[in-house]
Amino acid sequence: MATSSSTGFFLLETVIKVVVILFVLLTSIAYLTWLERKVIGHIQSRWGPYLVGPHGLLQPLADGLKFMFKEDIVPAEVNRAVYWLAPFLAFVMAFLSISVIPFGGSFMLAGHQIALQITDLNVGLLFVFAVTSLGVYSVALAGWSSNSKYPLFGGLRSSAQMISYEISLSLGVIGVLMIAGTFSLREIVERQATLWSHTGFLSLLPRWNVFLQPVGFLVYFTAAIAETNRVPFDLPEGETELVAGFHTEYSSFKFAMFFMSEYANMVTVSCIATLLFFGGWLGPAFGPGWLRVILPVFWFALKVFCFLFFYIWVRGTLPRFRYDQLMAFGWKFLLPLALLNILVTSFVVAWLSA
Amino acid sequence: MIPLSHVLLLSMILFTLGAAGFIIRRNVITVFMCIELMLNAVNLAFIAFAWHRVDLNGQLFVFFVIVVAAAEAAVGLAIIVALYRNRGSLAIDDVDSMKL
Amino acid sequence: MGVLFYIAAVVAVIAALNVVLRQTPVYSALSLIVVLASLAAIYLLLGAPLIAMIQVIVYAGAIMVLFVLVIMLLNAGRETPSRGSRFARWAGPPLLVVFFAEFATLVWKQFGLAGPAAPAALDASPRAVGQLLFSSYVLPFEVTSILILVAVLGAVVLAKKQL
Repeated sequence: MATSSSTGFFLLETVIKVVVILFVLLTSIAYLTWLERKVIGHIQSRWGPYLVGPHGLLQPLADGLKFMFKEDIVPAEVNRAVYWLAPFLAFVMAFLSISVIPFGGSFMLAGHQIALQITDLNVGLLFVFAVTSLGVYSVALAGWSSNSKYPLFGGLRSSAQMISYEISLSLGVIGVLMIAGTFSLREIVERQATLWSHTGFLSLLPRWNVFLQPVGFLVYFTAAIAETNRVPFDLPEGETELVAGFHTEYSSFKFAMFFMSEYANMVTVSCIATLLFFGGWLGPAFGPGWLRVILPVFWFALKVFCFLFFYIWVRGTLPRFRYDQLMAFGWKFLLPLALLNILVTSFVVAWLSA
Repeated sequence: MIPLSHVLLLSMILFTLGAAGFIIRRNVITVFMCIELMLNAVNLAFIAFAWHRVDLNGQLFVFFVIVVAAAEAAVGLAIIVALYRNRGSLAIDDVDSMKL
Repeated sequence: MGVLFYIAAVVAVIAALNVVLRQTPVYSALSLIVVLASLAAIYLLLGAPLIAMIQVIVYAGAIMVLFVLVIMLLNAGRETPSRGSRFARWAGPPLLVVFFAEFATLVWKQFGLAGPAAPAALDASPRAVGQLLFSSYVLPFEVTSILILVAVLGAVVLAKKQL
């Protein structure tokens, strides 16, 4: 039976975790914008932000202040309730999926086992997909409520793109689920904790799922880039195509919310990719007790950073897909590839366990 | 714990609201949404009984109801789109004869 | 635990009233999404995590997107007053209330308002549901997959501009 003191402790622990994780996430989103501008700048042989603070490190702060003080222009004929709802919905959904992501192992504090995760649902991965599928509404509703051509087209195209690539996103991870046998994110990582062999070259390689499921990883990551509306799949919000797509008519704080939710989605997708395919927080852990708790979080952050860097790198390198090419790619190539992956994986898993 | 009768009453309230909407509304899409509301009320009753009788078959049935509702929604909305294209109006009262 | 159920129930009922009473289809659709989400929360409380997630992913995340996109495409505006049978509209809802009262009495007599004691925990993990699905229910499962294929083909054919 839960006593009132352990319920109190549970509440305190959860509140502290939520506050810390939210703070870290917001800061990392802010500095992700800085990183993006710097990296794309250097890819294009120019410096990114350079003036505000050393190497432009205070640029996100300046951007934040700008968003807060900018004039909030609302066009006259918009559908007010939905116009206000859309960015908040995007923001809430983007930040909700962080609640099931484990950042590290668990440690003991004052006699209680504290896991570095807000909550460990046994259907954790499905929860992330559920929240992603609810995020489609923010785009569709933003486009529709703006009562203008370009946002409407951008919104319709973007929501069609998102629901098409959601299927490949979910199917790409089914191989991993078959290998791990569970939807809980913590357990999927823990099953990757072994080495391929104890001697020779293979003893340096951990048993990460990316070696077992390379096709699944490619399908998942491609679908994830499409799902977060990033280049090369960002036709719905490309400046040269549709002004700014579904968020054309938004300004100041509501635009900032769309912006933040796009980066938060990038972070979430990268976290899921690390957890499912790259062993999450697993890495060499050594040293005293407190170092053993901090090091896994550091490895996790490093892996997520590699994915985010890859996202930004792709943005600076690849051109944009045309809309019909995009939809053809999602339905006629990625979906059959994901299904083939499931077929082959299920045969191999059944054969190996027989 | 949650009393079973309260869950069943909630299911019945949702079903009654859905049926009332089905009768009084004129826009065909809203009527369709009230049908979905009724289906969800029934799903809730299935889950409640599955929980109460500790029997997983109730949840399996909900799975099939959701899948069939998806298929029905797709075909129904396609019919509504075709209807709108041919008659130009989304009111049920205007769909009162087989001739256009 | 119990109080979460009542909060979700109140939200569901208010949103359902919104679905039925609003004159603009977009608001009805958004309220229906709220109903679906609160029902998913109730399913979680009643020990059905997989079905709750399936409800959000499939019902609230795909079927309702279809509804919202169709409403936007057809530009459905405010509803005009009905020209239909006034008798049906005036007699229908009270008869439904009578139906509800009948059912409520039945439930009260059968299960009592306080309800029976908490039942044993149900093993509703995805593994258990999957095992049942692919053993006893494999035929309905395959038939529904064919049903979905037929529905996809039907929707594409019906919504074409020219056959």
